[in-house]
Amino acid sequence: MQHVSPVREPLVTGGKTYHDITQDVCRQVEAKPNIRWMAALAVALFFLGVFLYSVYRTLWYGIGEWGLNKTVGWAWDITNFVWWVGIGHAGTLISAVLLLFRQKWRSSINRAAEAMTIFAVICAAMFPVLHMGRPWQAYWVFPLQNTFGSLWANFNSPLLWDVFAISTYFSVSLVFWYIGLIPDFATIRDRAKGPIAKVTYSMLSMNWKGSAKAWSRYETVSLILAGVSTPLVLSVHTIVSMDFATSVVPGWHTTIFPPYFVAGAIFSGFAMVLTLMLITRVVFKLEDYITLEHIALMNKIMMITGSIVGVAYITEFFIAWYSQVEFEQYAFINRATGPYWWAYASMMTCNVITPQLVWFRKVRYSIPMTFILSIIVNIGMWFERFVIIVTSLHRDYLPSSWAMFSPSIIDIGIYVGTMGLFFTLFLLFAKFFPVINMAEVKTILKYGVDNGPTYTGRDPHHAPTHHHATPGVPASAPVTYTKHD
Amino acid sequence: MTKRFALGVFDDEDVLLHAIENVRAAGVKIYDVFTPFPIHGIDDALGIERSRLPIAAFFYGLCGLSFALWMQIYMLGFDWPMIIGGKPHIALPAFIPVSFELTVLFTCHGMAITFFIITSMYPKPKVHVMDVRSTDDKFVMAIELKDDTSNLGQLTQLLRDNGASEVNEKEMTKN
Repeated sequence: MQHVSPVREPLVTGGKTYHDITQDVCRQVEAKPNIRWMAALAVALFFLGVFLYSVYRTLWYGIGEWGLNKTVGWAWDITNFVWWVGIGHAGTLISAVLLLFRQKWRSSINRAAEAMTIFAVICAAMFPVLHMGRPWQAYWVFPLQNTFGSLWANFNSPLLWDVFAISTYFSVSLVFWYIGLIPDFATIRDRAKGPIAKVTYSMLSMNWKGSAKAWSRYETVSLILAGVSTPLVLSVHTIVSMDFATSVVPGWHTTIFPPYFVAGAIFSGFAMVLTLMLITRVVFKLEDYITLEHIALMNKIMMITGSIVGVAYITEFFIAWYSQVEFEQYAFINRATGPYWWAYASMMTCNVITPQLVWFRKVRYSIPMTFILSIIVNIGMWFERFVIIVTSLHRDYLPSSWAMFSPSIIDIGIYVGTMGLFFTLFLLFAKFFPVINMAEVKTILKYGVDNGPTYTGRDPHHAPTHHHATPGVPASAPVTYTKHD
Repeated sequence: MTKRFALGVFDDEDVLLHAIENVRAAGVKIYDVFTPFPIHGIDDALGIERSRLPIAAFFYGLCGLSFALWMQIYMLGFDWPMIIGGKPHIALPAFIPVSFELTVLFTCHGMAITFFIITSMYPKPKVHVMDVRSTDDKFVMAIELKDDTSNLGQLTQLLRDNGASEVNEKEMTKN
């Protein structure tokens, strides 16, 4: 078990026992859906309807239903794609990167964050697929034998890299998430009363019994998956940024894009995790698991990545000036002072200025402030992508082709509709799946808490200061285990 | 085939770890231990060897990498060579992203499938567990009882002495 530290704050508050954790998390799954959940689902389903209608219009009448024109051939679709993929990245960061860094506090938020990743990637995938115009032929993006024409796929194209990156990312995240869910499905299975629930959760739990050997392998698998997911998540947004960076469009052709996009992705993702967690913890009464400490820590990550993004904005400007390339300079001047100045100003305010409020401890620990900030950051990050994409395209090398972009109602419908899709999936997840990783939270229950006998064998030099004798355990029980992390 | 087990039920993982040590020292063979969460140090205490899954993962990754490189070099270099953006037919730097993604893809799925197979995990409509509380808050040590039941009393005493809150007997048909 953990080394009991006199300085660490406990990660789970409220003096919970192992059984309490099971109860608190399973309560939601086992209870009948409450009225607030039903109301939220109804709203989400309405927007899902908006999505389906917009998709129908797009497919039936074609891409002409969108606001695109000859100059601005990429606009809201790719903006929304990058926005959603970016949001997804925080889930992998929490589940993989923080696991490798042994950040124990991730345990109570990683399940919901990973779910967010999966649903966000589903929403993201809608945009390139719909922009194809004929999504029933989407499989053409894969390298298939040349019955479909005479060529293989072009492996030199960043758009093809994206196909591989996003599909790998989606399937790896799904597997990682599902393997983590198995022990918790077993817990629900063993508590289930009704026959349908029993069979369903038995099937989902994949014959899991929690034997020592299985746990040992489970931990190995989790560690390796975290190890491969970490470079994966960085590669995915790197490749997304290369969709732009490998082109010759001024404002896109920038070597800073990969790290800048990755930071932006984590920034917006943590904002979305905060938005979701602040609601989830209240609705499902999980304040003891997702504590103010968690919120403050996530705020800090949001602030740091937000600052990296801010530095990137300034660096881009500096390099445009320093490069002495007229087109590059114009792209940036136009971005800040041209007809889309308001989008640029929104981006700067939301992403660079407001997150700096988090330096104040009061803001970091304030739930309403955090909630507002997280929404502002997501708005700002949407504008960032819009600014990069539309302002770079609408005035490029040939002034006679300059144009403006304005979205059609269908553009708006699809974007708002993906939120309906996202929240429908998230609400179903929150009702039928355990929103907190029970098994993992149980391992951190004793972290910083003195609530029972502590196994001292692993590290005899750091015997904990508080030690209760346990009835039945011989005081001189031989302790010869080697430290094995 | 029916097997009989003595189940020592523990309330705390640290007590369990001491008990495993003492029970094994007393010469009793532990069939398995069922816990609601992974316990650090239990592998050493039970003498479970380190999993070789990482080695498998490495080779799956190698397969993915080889496949990706073969696919791209064959398709663009030999089967239908094309000049794209003035690059050579086999433009290795441009092949890095897809090679990396397929390495990860093969590693992850290969390892997950291997994990499911060796741990005999598959969707099953009814799962037989030793004690349903072992996925909640109890730590269950299972000791197989051979035909000779005379040692049950002694075993119960040993488990109780080592902090078991209860000792049960359970029959399991093979599943």
